[in-house]
Amino acid sequence: MNKKQKKTRNRIVSALAIFAAVFAVTEFVPLAQYVGGETNALYLEFVLFLIPYLIAGYDVLLKAARNIGNGQVFDENFLMTIATVGAFALVLFPDSQPHMAEGAAVMLFYQVGELFQGYAVGKSRQSIADMMDIAPDFANVMRDGKLVQVDPYEIGVGDEIVVKPGERVPLDGTIVEGSTQLDTAALTGESVPRHVEEGAEVISGCVNMTGKITVKVSKPFEQSTVSRILELVESASEKKAQTENFITRFARYYTPIVTIGALVLAVLPPLLFGQSWSDWIERGLTFLVVSCPCALVISVPLSFFGGIGGASRLGILVKGGNYLEALAHTETVVFDKTGTLTNGSFNVVAVHPDAAAEVDPDLILSIAAHAEAYSDHPIAVSVKEAFTGEIDQSRIADVREEGGHGVRAVVDERVVLVGNDKLMREEGIAYHDCELTGTILHVSIDGKYAGHIIIADVVKEDAAECIKRLHAAGVGKTVMLTGDRAEVAKAVAEKLGLDEYHGQLLPEDKVNQVERLLVETSEKGKLAFVGDGINDAPVLTRADIGIAMGAMGSDAAIEAADIVLMDDKPSKIASAIRIARKTMRIVWQNIVFALGVKFAVLVLAAVGLATMWLAVFADVGVAILAILNAMRCMRVKR
Amino acid sequence: MRKVFKLQDLDCANCAAKMEDAIKKIDGVNTASMSFMTQKLVIDADPEKLDGILDEAEKICHKIEPDMVIVR
Repeated sequence: MNKKQKKTRNRIVSALAIFAAVFAVTEFVPLAQYVGGETNALYLEFVLFLIPYLIAGYDVLLKAARNIGNGQVFDENFLMTIATVGAFALVLFPDSQPHMAEGAAVMLFYQVGELFQGYAVGKSRQSIADMMDIAPDFANVMRDGKLVQVDPYEIGVGDEIVVKPGERVPLDGTIVEGSTQLDTAALTGESVPRHVEEGAEVISGCVNMTGKITVKVSKPFEQSTVSRILELVESASEKKAQTENFITRFARYYTPIVTIGALVLAVLPPLLFGQSWSDWIERGLTFLVVSCPCALVISVPLSFFGGIGGASRLGILVKGGNYLEALAHTETVVFDKTGTLTNGSFNVVAVHPDAAAEVDPDLILSIAAHAEAYSDHPIAVSVKEAFTGEIDQSRIADVREEGGHGVRAVVDERVVLVGNDKLMREEGIAYHDCELTGTILHVSIDGKYAGHIIIADVVKEDAAECIKRLHAAGVGKTVMLTGDRAEVAKAVAEKLGLDEYHGQLLPEDKVNQVERLLVETSEKGKLAFVGDGINDAPVLTRADIGIAMGAMGSDAAIEAADIVLMDDKPSKIASAIRIARKTMRIVWQNIVFALGVKFAVLVLAAVGLATMWLAVFADVGVAILAILNAMRCMRVKR
Repeated sequence: MRKVFKLQDLDCANCAAKMEDAIKKIDGVNTASMSFMTQKLVIDADPEKLDGILDEAEKICHKIEPDMVIVR
């Protein structure tokens, strides 16, 4: 609670105490006997109730007067003033019951509600802000042999900074000295620490856990990852969801209509049908009490803000409430293959020695690695990575590239051929294909077929789970688009359980496929495209929702996408959809609940069944419940 | 040009929506957004007219939410 709120709280508490005392006195003490007559007693009550009323609501009255001077007729302060002053004024009608207690109570509870609203909203705003509090306050720099703390804004590219254990990495850069474990949870939601050492890139916002590291800065603070993330999440509230705009528009009409309704209700029946003035004025005043749409106007953006904040804790950055809303209606998810569903790097997935050759798989790998020792082709690199031993250059002689089909070399004084089927055919070696999909590297030793190595892009660990969870979440269609060969696409799609796949696509084909799928989705259903952000920009922008993953560091992806996944786990997409659905559910719960209660009170008031007491509880209570409900959006499961 | 201003004592979400609407209508403003949640006002406007726009915006805000201050 801030200072202002504390002051208001004290004021309201004292007003409440006085109100309770006055209420007790007027109920139980036979005032008429002491002051001589019923009328005098009534005026005394009037004055007594005025005391807590003014203590609690003087600021509302002042604001109302000021705002009416500024031409703000449908201001909540003004409406509340009319409602309460009106309740007091009913004393002028001799045929009515006195309503001073209600007048004072309405003002009191209105103020209690306002205070609580302010407090709850401030609190949730604070907790969302804390959650995103990944901005480092300082950077350590060596100056004249001493380590000093400076503002990260002052650090330039190329400067060296020191990050001690327990501190947050303030700027992006490369480690020049030391090694440590980095906690990236604040950025990616990933709880397993990452080991980094000299030469590794570190990203601002991570927490250094174990060792002291010296980092050479590669980006100024304004462009560092942490600044960009904060900027992105903060500006997310600028892009408002349709539901939010709808509520704002609704509020614009709601208040005037209810106010006019109140006026009509108070004036017409007595004028036209000679009904009791006091009764109908009271009904009109009850209308005014529920004329403020605050519960809705606060709870809807609060829900979106909470959902976006909660998602960012999992490393899912949503660029606006509108995207969260669209995500909840996802019908089709289109994936790029390489880098999204698969790791995007080539790996040896199997070594199959020929049955007749009787060679050890390790020997095949060792020989192939030595033959490819001087090549930096991605396939050669993956073979060398799979080989666990050291490359002994003295074992290699006479290496010759065979025109794109492979290499010929002498390894351990034996003639070795490593390459594709064309190379084997040219050399007249009997080879056989493999049942596995991928790039097949045949190996022959001294003219005899030894076996083959299968190299393929490996499917990410959680990719299959991602597809399963998407289907479970009600996503109708999952599609994979890839530039890779059709049979590779087929193998991956079947393994993951995708509904549709298209291989051998050029970048423009991908756009065409997405266009086609967009036409196929239903009117309300949305299409999300997931890519790694490299070469995907046209498709990312064309899709209803563009999702870029593994974006820690890629500017282009953050720019083009609507939702950015900080790590490269496809399962996060399912989490994002779950959060979006939950947020929308809460938003609609609040809308239906708040409007339902308000309309019910309006109807009851019109037929004379609702008292002002009921109205003020409906108004304030609904707002509080809606805020509490909206705060649930922030809570997300890891 | 896009500029972000902090807001102090913005207490009313409905007022924020009203002020946003009014600021959007000021001449020279391309787009404006007032966020009750982040207590920030973002104005995208012609940089040369910015000072005038801000004066105008302050006047509008004073009418709707007199307690609020735009931190320049």
